[in-house]
Amino acid sequence: MLEIKNLHVSLEEEDKQILKGVDLTVEAGKVHAIMGPNGSGKSTLSYVLSGRDGYEVTDGEALLNGEDLLEMEPEERAAAGVFLAFQYPVEIPGVGNMTFLRTAVNAQRKARGEEEMSAAEFLKVIREKAKALKIDADMLKRPVNVGFSGGEKKRNEILQMAMLEPKMCILDETDSGLDVDAMKLVAEGVNALRDEGRGFLVITHYQRLLDHIKPDVVHIMAGGRIVKTGGPELALEVEQNGYADILAEVA
Amino acid sequence: MANPAVKQDPLAARIEGLTLPDGAGWANDARGAALSRLTAMGLPRKRDEYWKYSDPTTLNAPEAPRAGLFVTDEAMPFSDTDRLKIVFVDGVYDADASDDLTMEGVEIERLSDALGRDIHWARDYYGVLETRGQTPVERPLAALNTAFATDGVVIRATGKAAKPISLIYLHKSETSDAILHHLVKVEEGASVTVLENGPAAARFSKCMEVEVADGGQFHHVRAQGRDHERRASTHMFARLGQESVYKSFTLTVNGILTRNEQVVEIAGDNAVAHIAGAALGDGATGAFHHDDTVFVTHDAVDCESRQVFKKVLRNGAEGVFQGKILVKPHAQKTDGYQLSQSLLLDEDSSFQAKPELEIYADDVQCSHGSTTGAIDEEALFYLRSRGVPEGAATDLLVLAFLAEAIDEIEDESLREDILTRLQGWLDRHRG
Repeated sequence: MLEIKNLHVSLEEEDKQILKGVDLTVEAGKVHAIMGPNGSGKSTLSYVLSGRDGYEVTDGEALLNGEDLLEMEPEERAAAGVFLAFQYPVEIPGVGNMTFLRTAVNAQRKARGEEEMSAAEFLKVIREKAKALKIDADMLKRPVNVGFSGGEKKRNEILQMAMLEPKMCILDETDSGLDVDAMKLVAEGVNALRDEGRGFLVITHYQRLLDHIKPDVVHIMAGGRIVKTGGPELALEVEQNGYADILAEVA
Repeated sequence: MANPAVKQDPLAARIEGLTLPDGAGWANDARGAALSRLTAMGLPRKRDEYWKYSDPTTLNAPEAPRAGLFVTDEAMPFSDTDRLKIVFVDGVYDADASDDLTMEGVEIERLSDALGRDIHWARDYYGVLETRGQTPVERPLAALNTAFATDGVVIRATGKAAKPISLIYLHKSETSDAILHHLVKVEEGASVTVLENGPAAARFSKCMEVEVADGGQFHHVRAQGRDHERRASTHMFARLGQESVYKSFTLTVNGILTRNEQVVEIAGDNAVAHIAGAALGDGATGAFHHDDTVFVTHDAVDCESRQVFKKVLRNGAEGVFQGKILVKPHAQKTDGYQLSQSLLLDEDSSFQAKPELEIYADDVQCSHGSTTGAIDEEALFYLRSRGVPEGAATDLLVLAFLAEAIDEIEDESLREDILTRLQGWLDRHRG
């Protein structure tokens, strides 16, 4: 599904190297988790994959089902199947949540040469999916993320993911700012989307999210590289001993 | 000391080719008085405080600068609205293209007919609000209009007008220089909606005086658009009685120079005045300079005023906002609001804002804000990351930016019509 090879990335404005040779392959149907201390490059990886400005790829590549992601505009990546659940979802005053989602769904369908969803069909589908995430009609009508609590914003991200049905889901610290109940709700939303044809990359600081979204593979990232890869037990090790031991071990 | 003769010279040149239209004695007196006001003030100069950001040279010139015509197949604004159409071609009333002027709830006459009669209600109103609007800020171009206006309509609403009155200004000559003056009187408890659209002329001067009696309602939606090379100077003068409502919205797209002045005097308790505007300019398709100059005076208790002006500018387009709220000493419980914002889509465009509050009452609530900003890059990336192409994402953000101004249009179908115009403009002006 997603193949990242020897990816080197620096900040455009500061000439500062953030990613120093990331190698990572996420297979369809699998959930990969990336853990790591602050500043290890986890969020940068998610932004580079989704096409945010401000980063320069100096070496390496990222392919989605063989297609070169890094050559595409953000909207082309989305249509190809990449979805980033933001750590800090953006508030957009004046743009209704529903309008936004319908525009996005139909823009992607159009880009893929598929038929657009009718207003009635869209309404039916979104109501059903919103209900599962406990998102009420009022939240759908309000401007995108404006006045939403931290938990509401994250649920809204998962709703977008459910509506857009991406192939490759990247979750950037989706657990940050969530209480236990909200985290369970979000995790249920993610688990409902687990599918043989879909890959997940879950970025998190803490093991607790992984209690709810069970990963197949866990990577530890530090200093802009994947320094260790293992099974779910690796997350437990981090939870118990912190990163210091692992970092010392690979140093 | 300045030599008065030097000051008068450009004025003499400006009015040399104009003649004072002849009418009833009172009308000739009103025009003569307007000419005296104009002569005393002289034409606006670049160094005048309220002309600092807009150059009046082409408005003052003896002849209208040539303006090429803009041809489009697109339907005109308000085409789908059931309305009474009054058409002016290059500033001249076109009876054949206009509807019959009879309608329930209003009396409509051509300006020259009203001003030609010895006894007419217009006698107590023609030029009156314009004169009041000359203090404390001089508006010479409005006095020039009152003196020399060659055409226009007088509208008296006596009940609820059956349909909106739609003033359509067609532009067919590249050198036309039009001066129109309209008078609107909304009687007690009556209501009327006036629509305006069209480029009108190569150079267009328009003045509308609106007297709203107690409990009356005046709604105004205007779409200034199309011609890129037209120049316009417009004035709205209004006076509001008790519990009356005045709501005016203007959409401006294109236009080498547009100066829209609104002078509203809130004279009766519990009255409401909302003035809003959305302007979109793209310097790539011709120079664009748009100026909103607004003056709201609160002279009564418990009144509300709102000014909401938004501008979207790109490729060297220029926007100006000069807005004032004056609250007189006894105008307690005033609720005044003023917002002027611009969205600059590149670094070549500019926005000048001069918000002013002058408050002499102590129990009032007045707020104002003015911002200039670029497209929110975070929001743009967020939309694109969900698959919305850059152009469409920018449009969404532009429409969101304009929403507060557009929402001032109460009538839903008129609001939709304006949104259609906006979308059309955005489609034609992708960056």
